[in-house]
Amino acid sequence: MKKERQEERPSQVLLQGNEACVKGALLAGCRFYAGYPITPATEVTEVMAKDMPGTGGAFIQMEDEIASMGAVIGASLAGVKSMTATSGPGFSLMQEHIGYACMAEGPCVIVDVMRAGPSTGLPTQPSQGDVMQARWGTHGDHSIVVLCPSSVYEFFDLTIQAFNLSERYRTPVILLADEIVGHMREGVVLPSAKDIELENRPRPTVPPEWHIPYGDPGTGVPPMPAFGDGYRYHVTGLHHDVRGYPTTRKDEVEALMRRLFSKISNDLDRLQWFDSYYTEDAVMTVIAYGCVARAGMQAVREARAKGLKVGLVKLQVLWPFMRRTITTILDSSEKVLVPEMNVGHISREVKRVNRGNCDVLTLNKIDGTPITPGEILETLEEAYP
Amino acid sequence: MRETSHFVHKYLRSSKRFPHIWCAGCGIGIFMQALIRVIDRLGYSKDAVVMVSGIGCSSRLPVYVDFNTLHATHGRALTFATGVKLANPDLKVITIMGDGDAVSIGGNHLIHAARRNVEIASFIVNNHVYGMTGGQSSPTTAYGTKTTSAPYGNLEAAFDISGLVEAAGAAFVGRTTVYHTPLMERLVEKSLTKKGFSMVEVLAQCVTYSGRWLGLNSPVEMMAWQRDNSVTVEKAQDLTPDELAGKIVIGVLADRERPSYEDEYAKLTAEKLKV
Amino acid sequence: MTRVDIYRGWCKRCGICIAFCPKHVLDADQGLFPTVTDPEQCSGCKLCEMRCPDFAIVVTKDEKGKARGKAKSGSATG
Repeated sequence: MKKERQEERPSQVLLQGNEACVKGALLAGCRFYAGYPITPATEVTEVMAKDMPGTGGAFIQMEDEIASMGAVIGASLAGVKSMTATSGPGFSLMQEHIGYACMAEGPCVIVDVMRAGPSTGLPTQPSQGDVMQARWGTHGDHSIVVLCPSSVYEFFDLTIQAFNLSERYRTPVILLADEIVGHMREGVVLPSAKDIELENRPRPTVPPEWHIPYGDPGTGVPPMPAFGDGYRYHVTGLHHDVRGYPTTRKDEVEALMRRLFSKISNDLDRLQWFDSYYTEDAVMTVIAYGCVARAGMQAVREARAKGLKVGLVKLQVLWPFMRRTITTILDSSEKVLVPEMNVGHISREVKRVNRGNCDVLTLNKIDGTPITPGEILETLEEAYP
Repeated sequence: MRETSHFVHKYLRSSKRFPHIWCAGCGIGIFMQALIRVIDRLGYSKDAVVMVSGIGCSSRLPVYVDFNTLHATHGRALTFATGVKLANPDLKVITIMGDGDAVSIGGNHLIHAARRNVEIASFIVNNHVYGMTGGQSSPTTAYGTKTTSAPYGNLEAAFDISGLVEAAGAAFVGRTTVYHTPLMERLVEKSLTKKGFSMVEVLAQCVTYSGRWLGLNSPVEMMAWQRDNSVTVEKAQDLTPDELAGKIVIGVLADRERPSYEDEYAKLTAEKLKV
Repeated sequence: MTRVDIYRGWCKRCGICIAFCPKHVLDADQGLFPTVTDPEQCSGCKLCEMRCPDFAIVVTKDEKGKARGKAKSGSATG
């Protein structure tokens, strides 16, 4: 009770990004966490181990990341909001079960605090090299939601939103942080629990005999009972019919695939999450995300001080790709610059949706060091129209 | 036909088409019936039972039974089961796995589940072969046996599943064959009612593949082989290692009291919530 | 008297029930389906039912039966 009262009176606290993630998750109602230690995500597991017992939820350190992700899906099917956190090598191991969660529609949140890869890579230098893996890491065609924080507060806030989206769409949501955002400390004012809007998975309202476990109620998202609720049904990673039983019938396979995509793609208008700065009159716009957006912000401020009409758009949703948002920027800017700490995962998408009337410039860094404001400013000045 | 009034059939999903997918004389169905009989005898509510499986022939079992069923990924049934049990300890969580499933790709999960002692009743249907993919060697295929992936004979030694799980710390370990139906039911019952992690190794005939490799060409020959090559734990104590060579020791192999993970965690939670 | 009902729709003719019946109550018919040839000998042990991999056998004991399983009365056709 004491704890709750504290939460009701917002005050500034100094938090590490990974700690803020845990605070967000617990406020979002996360009551199951399974994880495996890996730098730079370990603090999420450690703080969860410390704080989860006090919520009545369960924490477990599993034998590897495959197991962590399996346990997370199991807990989700038993009706509990659940999460895991890892970094690149562990994220690779989780891909098998991320696909399972997509197919079986088990809501869950996966935090990947990116470090430089491939393979064991650079423990522990920052990177944004997992953007494409977050999109296409698991095999087979599938839809996915990926959010990206660029500050400690955003890590807190987007963790809550990740739970909300996973519950709304019954899908795994990946939170793609990076080493810088995960490890830095900032003073933040956290909202009180009563000011946070939470979403919960749709539950069946009809008797078990009427419930169709994988039917489309019109939203594309079937109501989801928990194991033990009296709605005994079958869950499988195989293609399944509306009752959940394995099928190879092409009409049933196609209907399932279409529904799994459309439940998210039909809602794209609600998934255009970004912040824009100085964009009203910008002739050149920086499109950035994660820790690079911080450098971008500083670079844009300095450029403005020098009289350059440049702006910044900071992306919070990476997947599904915010085509509508990006094309608006491409239509209003003469040039855009996409700085990334990878070989160009998002710039490739920006180029894909560019209708040819905008120059798309890239700034890529893959040496394990952050992109600096100076490097972005230099590029802006050189390329300024 | 009034078989639907028969109690085993009350647990079969009426919406699933029978006969099931397993080959004629496959041992999995015999085990499945024993499992259903014991669940009925123990009076569990169907709603409270969660049956989790991996991938393989035996892992097709849950789709046929009217419980909460979860057909997971290859080797990972125990990871899903762990999450289910910790999220809702009131549920009776059962896993069904095969030998390749549980001991090869899932070997790491198996030993850690046994060590961790989350209350899961696990059953490994051991037919010494990968059946669903067409008769390749599994970790329990005997040395020298020819299989589709060991055409010149298996070069590896076989795992003793029960010995492995016992060494890893499981609260209960038993071994049976499907021929020994009454023993199988007793072990299933002990496993389901055991506090902590339990594992019963069920030796079952794969007539289509392992039978062929062993030169046993019918389910009857294979079950007769089970009958003729098994000795009980009690009898085994009086036999020399030479006499025991090639024999299947059946019965209760380990039965010990250990605190379960969820009980330990519940204590911790109670302490934290009190403060 | 004990009834042994065999449901041919589910039976895969594996022969297990016939081979391991302690009282030799069952035999294969021309189509290799098991059939009850010596009903008087049936002790109601239910091993055939328990060992049937396809749930295709139901053994029903009358009230005076010795079987430990649940007694069911009524007429079943196999």
